[in-house]
Amino acid sequence: MTPEEIANILKGKFGDKIVGVNFQTVHPHVWVAADAWHDVAMFLRHDSRLRFDLLRCISSVDMLEAKEMVAVYDLISCDGVPGSRELWKSRHGMCVKIKVSRDKPHIRSVADIWPTADWHEREAYDLMGIVFDGHPDSVEDAEGRHPRRILCPDDWAGHALRKDYIFPMEYHGIPAVTEYEQTRPTH
Amino acid sequence: MSWIDNRFEEGVIVTSLDWAINWGRSNSLWPMTFGLACCAIEMMAVGAGRYDLDRFGAGAFRATPRQADLMIVAGTVTFKMASRVKRLYHQMPEPKYVIAMGACTIGGGPYFKHGYHVVKGVDLIVPVDVYVPGCPPRPEALMEGLMRLQDKIRRHSIARRPEASMAEGALVARS
Amino acid sequence: MTETVLESRPDINANLSADAIRQQDMPTEEMLVNMGPQHPATHGVLRIVLRTDGEMVLEAVPHIGYLHRCAEKIGESLAPFQFIPYTDRMDYLAGMNNNLAYALTIEKLTGLEVSKRAQYIRVLFAELNRIASHLVMFGTYGLDMGAFTPFLYAFREREWILDMFESTCGARLTYSYITIGGVTDDLPDGFLDRCAEFCDYFEPKIDEYNDLLSFNHIFVKRTANVGIVSAEDAIRWGLTGPCLRASGVRWDLRKVQPDTSYEEFEFDIPIGEGLKGTVGDSWDRYFVRMQEMKQSVRIIRQAIAKLRDTLGDVLNKKGKLVKLPEDDVYYEIENPRGQLGFYVQGNGSQVPARVKARGPSFCNLSITNHVCRNCLLADIPAIVGSIDVVLGEVDR
Repeated sequence: MTPEEIANILKGKFGDKIVGVNFQTVHPHVWVAADAWHDVAMFLRHDSRLRFDLLRCISSVDMLEAKEMVAVYDLISCDGVPGSRELWKSRHGMCVKIKVSRDKPHIRSVADIWPTADWHEREAYDLMGIVFDGHPDSVEDAEGRHPRRILCPDDWAGHALRKDYIFPMEYHGIPAVTEYEQTRPTH
Repeated sequence: MSWIDNRFEEGVIVTSLDWAINWGRSNSLWPMTFGLACCAIEMMAVGAGRYDLDRFGAGAFRATPRQADLMIVAGTVTFKMASRVKRLYHQMPEPKYVIAMGACTIGGGPYFKHGYHVVKGVDLIVPVDVYVPGCPPRPEALMEGLMRLQDKIRRHSIARRPEASMAEGALVARS
Repeated sequence: MTETVLESRPDINANLSADAIRQQDMPTEEMLVNMGPQHPATHGVLRIVLRTDGEMVLEAVPHIGYLHRCAEKIGESLAPFQFIPYTDRMDYLAGMNNNLAYALTIEKLTGLEVSKRAQYIRVLFAELNRIASHLVMFGTYGLDMGAFTPFLYAFREREWILDMFESTCGARLTYSYITIGGVTDDLPDGFLDRCAEFCDYFEPKIDEYNDLLSFNHIFVKRTANVGIVSAEDAIRWGLTGPCLRASGVRWDLRKVQPDTSYEEFEFDIPIGEGLKGTVGDSWDRYFVRMQEMKQSVRIIRQAIAKLRDTLGDVLNKKGKLVKLPEDDVYYEIENPRGQLGFYVQGNGSQVPARVKARGPSFCNLSITNHVCRNCLLADIPAIVGSIDVVLGEVDR
């Protein structure tokens, strides 16, 4: 199925929750509203025409000027019989993008639909700060209920991949710069 | 002409205690398996058949720091790992030596400029005896580093405290 | 719960029932054991916190991030051809494949052309690196299971391959050879003959190593029926590469989405068939890699033949000056460990706005807790070793 057909099926089912499409690009995608994402994801996973069973990657993008953050979900559908001599093929692939505001970036977690999303969402929170509500491995602290950090230490301050991130000067007594007194990298 | 000439038969060795102890220590340096990143693969290659480290007496890689006297820090040290590096260093019994292998352990390496999570040099955490540059250093370079460390050990004396490296004071202050 | 205490190990004597042990008046409690970041069997800085009831593991939670080297932040600050060396260091055992993934991503985003000769050279080096990477898995997995000799044999063969790499690009481990627009330099004289000699030398060695380790009784006992992953679970948890193929899923990106001229090569995709145990156990994950080495030799022979006939430039000079359009792309290729994907968003300049790397080991490792329920403590190195993680691409 082509991306256009998939988008038409989604628009038919969810109407205005599919807020936009873009097929004039190397990476065809649909834009989905954040509050409807879990239902759309269930549909993408279980609908007999779509059956997107492999979540390849969840990327997070920071758009500082637009004061938004985008979560990009890449999905693919695998077609084949386990153990057979026939090669498995890909039925179709799709990308879903979700835009959230930079001040309150909350998206419903899809770790119950695709278990691989568990670690991807933890990483998106750790490095970008997008909070995935309902994540199975959440902790509660001063910032609210959020997924547990995965790459940086649990007491790391800030979200490193944000465009306005200030590099820490020291961590538990270890200086983060050497005697050359570099404070921030110049881009 | 000293009084000891021609007094004993062949098969008697005379040496100083320092020399004998240093000979023992430098020719049986047992490293701890502390491979963190890419340099660990070159360290494994040094221990394998072609660049054999066992002919230097240093082939017995011990997994536990309690039985090792050499820590080859091979790979990037991050802030999350730093406390473990320090703990493992403290768990090693004296005399202990550290080789900083690779550019990342010397001064942050390729991650110096934009690495927010990378410690810019392992000598900010533990005192280092020998630095082996390279990214990753060739196995021959690591062997040269080991040989320089052996030279350094042979210069030691049990009567004198070994020269402290620049992080020694910092280590004491932070621990 | 009186018959089988370990559902995942039907071959263990069912008389060891948990009730029988409890009846012996032995007070037991659960232990929290830390398999710390420095451990000989965790292939790098991986920390697994085990909750055990004696020898039986109830829960194994991996903690990662001890090698987080901020590769994505660096990718936002450097032009693509400058970022290629950093991709080497992500999965440091498969440097050529990582370079290839990033180069193909940027070439897809910008529409850059790569010459035929460069494509064949890329295939040749990608497959040589696949063999080198699987050899390390073979050697270290044997080491984990207690066999020391395969490690030395594996590194002996690896030295041959690394010599060939060194003669071409000067480096033994972090190559940065495959770059945007092709490869940095053409092959040296006599390279194809040496490569053919290596293939003739290496192919019978794989059978020798199968005799040495794969069908060894102790090795089979330790790895068969351990850590079974069903095909459906594998896809749900995002496993890719040999781990997915060992569960019976004949899925390989080199066939599903052939790029860099893979469609002109003939090779098979081996899957796990449960020869020594169940489909999807650790032995299958290991044996799939041994069979893949054979297929890689097949591809290399074809690439050598094609390269003898194809001449031309190997580098598109525009690769260094390429400006990324205001668009994004997500592209994956088949690495020795799974599917390495790069998401790159351009903003009109030479430096990308966002680079995200999807490491195959990151997704493969997330299944650890699910698989390590109710297994024995000694099965943990068997399972983690068979997943073949490289922490450089887990933590990036």
